[in-house]
Amino acid sequence: MASKSNSISDKVWSFFSSIKLAIAIFALIGLTSIVGTVIEQQASYETNIRVLYHLVGRGLAPSAYRVLDALGFMNMYRSWWFLSLLVLFAVNLLVCSIDRFPAIWRIMHAPIKPLGAEKMMKMPIKAEFRLHVAPAAVESTALAGMKSAGFKAARHEEGDGAVELYAQKHAWSRAGVYLTHLSILIILAGAVAGILFGFKAMLNLPEGYSTNVVFSRSADLSDQEENSIRASLMGALDSAGGDIARAAQAANEDPAAFKKSMEQAGLIPLDFQVSCQQFQVQYYGQTDMPKAYRSLLTVIDHGKPVVSKWVEVNHPLKYKGVMFYQSSYGLVDDLSNGIAVLSVKPPDGQQAETERLKIGQSFQIPGTQETVRLAEFNPALAFDDSGKPITYSQMMTNPAVRVEITDGKGPGVSKWIAQRYPETWRLPDGSTVGLQDFWGVQYTGLQVRKDPGVWIVYLGCITLALGLVVAFFMSHKKIWIRIEPEQKRKGTRLMIAATSNKNRPAFERAVEKLALELEKGGK
Amino acid sequence: MESSLFFGLSTMAYILAMVVYITYIGFRKKAIGVSATGLTVFGFAAQTLAILLRWKEFYQMSGLGLLRSIPLTNLYESLVFFVWCLILGYLIVEFRYKNRSFGAFVTPVAALALLFISLSGMSTQIEPLVPALQSNWLLAHVTLSFISYSAFALSFSTGLMYLVVTTKRGEGAYMFWTVTLGVFGAVLLAMVIDFIRFKGAGLAPGSEAFIKNFLFKSTYKNGETSVRLLSYLATILIVFVTWRYGGALKKIIEGFKLQPATLDEITYKSVAIGFPIFTLGSLIFGAIWANQAWGVYWSWDPKETWSLITWFIYAFYLHARFLRGWRGHKISMVAVMGFVAVIFTYLGVNLLLSGLHSYGSQ
Repeated sequence: MASKSNSISDKVWSFFSSIKLAIAIFALIGLTSIVGTVIEQQASYETNIRVLYHLVGRGLAPSAYRVLDALGFMNMYRSWWFLSLLVLFAVNLLVCSIDRFPAIWRIMHAPIKPLGAEKMMKMPIKAEFRLHVAPAAVESTALAGMKSAGFKAARHEEGDGAVELYAQKHAWSRAGVYLTHLSILIILAGAVAGILFGFKAMLNLPEGYSTNVVFSRSADLSDQEENSIRASLMGALDSAGGDIARAAQAANEDPAAFKKSMEQAGLIPLDFQVSCQQFQVQYYGQTDMPKAYRSLLTVIDHGKPVVSKWVEVNHPLKYKGVMFYQSSYGLVDDLSNGIAVLSVKPPDGQQAETERLKIGQSFQIPGTQETVRLAEFNPALAFDDSGKPITYSQMMTNPAVRVEITDGKGPGVSKWIAQRYPETWRLPDGSTVGLQDFWGVQYTGLQVRKDPGVWIVYLGCITLALGLVVAFFMSHKKIWIRIEPEQKRKGTRLMIAATSNKNRPAFERAVEKLALELEKGGK
Repeated sequence: MESSLFFGLSTMAYILAMVVYITYIGFRKKAIGVSATGLTVFGFAAQTLAILLRWKEFYQMSGLGLLRSIPLTNLYESLVFFVWCLILGYLIVEFRYKNRSFGAFVTPVAALALLFISLSGMSTQIEPLVPALQSNWLLAHVTLSFISYSAFALSFSTGLMYLVVTTKRGEGAYMFWTVTLGVFGAVLLAMVIDFIRFKGAGLAPGSEAFIKNFLFKSTYKNGETSVRLLSYLATILIVFVTWRYGGALKKIIEGFKLQPATLDEITYKSVAIGFPIFTLGSLIFGAIWANQAWGVYWSWDPKETWSLITWFIYAFYLHARFLRGWRGHKISMVAVMGFVAVIFTYLGVNLLLSGLHSYGSQ
């Protein structure tokens, strides 16, 4: 490892190939990572100042915050020094492997040679016994035994008639550990490719809306700047119908420059439009715990819809290398534009009909004189102690509409119809009005990612798994069997020696089994 | 719930087995040893049955398909599975090394973990799955993770026993294991006090309320500065007592008649089995699953980061052993530290830090 040569490149090489550097990097990555798990990353000032109150007390917390912030600990996994540590780690791993690999390569490719009786008895696994059988018979049993153990034996005969059979297998398994090292480098390369050529963004898309812009965190703008620049750019885009070239033209700008200023404000343009047709949540029984939620997304490319897919957690949509992941959902601020989807069944049991209407609109139940008017919408209906309707959550957990039913004579009836409670759907006259959906007031929260490096990462994961299996569960095994004729007793002296670079006891048991077979064969 | 009957039976069996294993060490009668093993095997069978029954119940209730209904989705279920893997690992070791003494060390861990479950009032209800957990990767990721945790737990106990048996007061390694064990004991004691107060408060069971309002609130995180100070002083006292009387523990473990070389070998083998499984199951499968669910294979959230720290420690263990030829005290200390990181990854992150993962706190 540490050569005596004094040239600068040799010094640099031995610095990077030293195990001490590896330990120092391991320790530094480990210890700083611990700090990064205690300080919440990319969180607000209030969040982390509270964490620091607990750790260092109220008095010291603000100055501790300033120090940690200056050192980059508030977003440490993207800080220059942490990334440098990772680069150092990669270089160290590469140099260490290159440094040691030639020697291992030589061992892997060294042909096995006959050992001779004396050296055989110095091997870690050895046995010796005498048999009353002719050497030739012993040799054929030994060959068969070696073959069934997976060894292709070579034969060496000495002048005095002694024969040595020898073989090795899985010499290449010594490369397993280097395959794992290489895999880690592949994974890191994939991560770098993802950072350079991909993006991570968010998109909150209400039902019925479409867009060709997704939002990521901009690196160097304050929230306020970001918001105002975004608003003006999005305004320009909207008035150009989402067309970047036209928006750039209207702003008297080069399209490339316009795109660039969008990216600086964390706005990432897509080459296509994506629209949310519908969003649904399914609950566990009558609880408010979501069992599944999904959005029907449609991709519109060059004005034509090309793909439609229900996207749910663990089942993303992929188009042109861009992935859309279901991640959250919520209610839009303005609930007045929602459309109630009602299934209406008249009292005489006719076929149900679907009605779509906004708040304030009304319809007539077929075959009756009754008019139903949609009076109001409540996304999470509940009643307080006095029986007054309230909205109990920020989500559309119990969507309900209040309808007013009149038959032209007398006063009307007012009634709440809740989507999740079909027993509320029956009207006094026996017809049913079921709330199927209240469309257009929920948005779907999507994570939008492009990561061309992910396949490199997966390749690295596969080779890592293979390398680990080879490195931990396979070993380079060598075996020698020496058969010496014994003139005096008309028998044979048999010697077995073996070695393996890993998991020696297991190989020892296999060799013992072979020896036992030979012994039995000789009786 | 029919599964709870069998869980109860297995808990009882492990507690009895613990008593019998310890008796066995005292008397060294073969019959006692055989009955200890018998009890453990019985407990293991009952626990296997219980897990399968719970799986069936969950499957019937959730309507999610068999592979996605594996009962490994909250702290309670994961602890039960951890105990199951640990006992399986122990039974393999007992069979391979023909030595029962070790059982006196493992069955108490199993019994303590199961008692911890029933004392803590942890929610044992079958809970519905949040959508992110509805994936076939759940089975592969969580089972392999816990198999590796159990292998690491074995390496921890043999590594610790190695240190206890081979060190004397005045050595750095002695200091290391007494401090580690002392802190362990103190934290465990603090948690027991919290449990008692939690039980006393008569609140509905459920780990969430406990973690939020009670954990370490009567000791290290108490509102009164004096109580906090006293807790830290008590911890130092416990560490000191462990340090002062560590020799007594050494005498007990010497009674197990385990060769230090055997302990060192079991430590290494457990790490050699646990490490590739951990890499594949925890890191690789976890990354693939995260990529499917959130679109990021690695996001440096606390759970992931602590898994990586754990991975680094065990990678260090293997390199130190193979490249530098570390044996004995130094390498055993690394094995012990590795498992401390495992515990933090598994429990500490949920109890003390936040993350994307759901079990424990949400």
